[in-house]
Amino acid sequence: MATATTSKASRMGEEIWKTRVDKISAEVLTLTYGTLVAQLCRDLTLPNTASQTDYLAVNAELDRMGYAIGLRLIEDFLAKSQNTGHCSNFREVAEVISKVGFKMFLNVVPEVRGWQGPPAGEEGAGGPVAFSLVLEENPLAEFVELPDDGRAQDELWYSNVLCGVLRGALEMVQMQVEARFTSDVLRGHESTEMRVTLVRYLQDELPADDD
Amino acid sequence: MVVFALLIINKAGGLVYNRTFAPGLQKLDSNDYLILAGTFHGIHAISRTISPAPRAPHPPGTRPPPTTGIETMDAGRFRLTCFQTPTGVKFLLFTSPEQPNAEAIIRRCYEMYGEMVMKNPFYSLEMPVRVEKFDRVLGGYLVRPG
Repeated sequence: MATATTSKASRMGEEIWKTRVDKISAEVLTLTYGTLVAQLCRDLTLPNTASQTDYLAVNAELDRMGYAIGLRLIEDFLAKSQNTGHCSNFREVAEVISKVGFKMFLNVVPEVRGWQGPPAGEEGAGGPVAFSLVLEENPLAEFVELPDDGRAQDELWYSNVLCGVLRGALEMVQMQVEARFTSDVLRGHESTEMRVTLVRYLQDELPADDD
Repeated sequence: MVVFALLIINKAGGLVYNRTFAPGLQKLDSNDYLILAGTFHGIHAISRTISPAPRAPHPPGTRPPPTTGIETMDAGRFRLTCFQTPTGVKFLLFTSPEQPNAEAIIRRCYEMYGEMVMKNPFYSLEMPVRVEKFDRVLGGYLVRPG
């Protein structure tokens, strides 16, 4: 079943990317995002210093910006992928995010790896449900080298906006998730990887089955 | 075949957009539209939980497919088509009863909304839609040159 979902999602993603998406030069995106992060690094400094960047604050700000983007972008995603249908479990959510969502907006397809949780079909079993997205290519970080101040390498998650986007977008479709980077090639790690953990399904606006 | 009007209702039941494309509906004042939107929102919510249709079977532990609630309402002189997005926004399209493809039209409107309203950085979420470009493109799509 998982493979059926995978190939269907791949086809959907390709189809949407080819026919329904306006494209711009990737460099425009890369450079704009780079400027944004660099500016944040200049603006957000540690208390009582003028030039030492508070990287944790930068991470938080990027996440917050991404969240605001996600709240809006989800409508465009849903409108363009209207034939994808309803995701009945979190595995399908992972597949659709990677093969339709990332494909549609960034033209990359991160690999879904590190699945944690009950096997498909037994999701009522409880326990944490999570997956990792491994970005082979990261259009946001094309020309980037982190500042050589001894801290950026350990503290800054350069592409943290993506975590916010996922959190915001999924919240609008009744899923509360936690998303964070666990590694980044910019920091010298082997891969760029983000971890998405399902916190809970949010209740519909109506109390269910009140009988 | 006429498309009379489009209403957009946010997930809290507030009317955020209201536009008439062709004459043929009774004129309502803006307060009446607000009441119409709020009332429909309530009835739609009830129709999602109280429904004679059996629930679609789903394996335990998976999320059941959402129930759509009222999809169309037919009257002698018009048909109302309702499309609710997974985020809870409702698009209501008033057409003449013989209008085909109301579903496709409404989905196209949703695409325009996703594109022009949600991507406008100065549009505040959940607030009334006042986006000129959306008006223009929607008008180009649905207003028939008389």
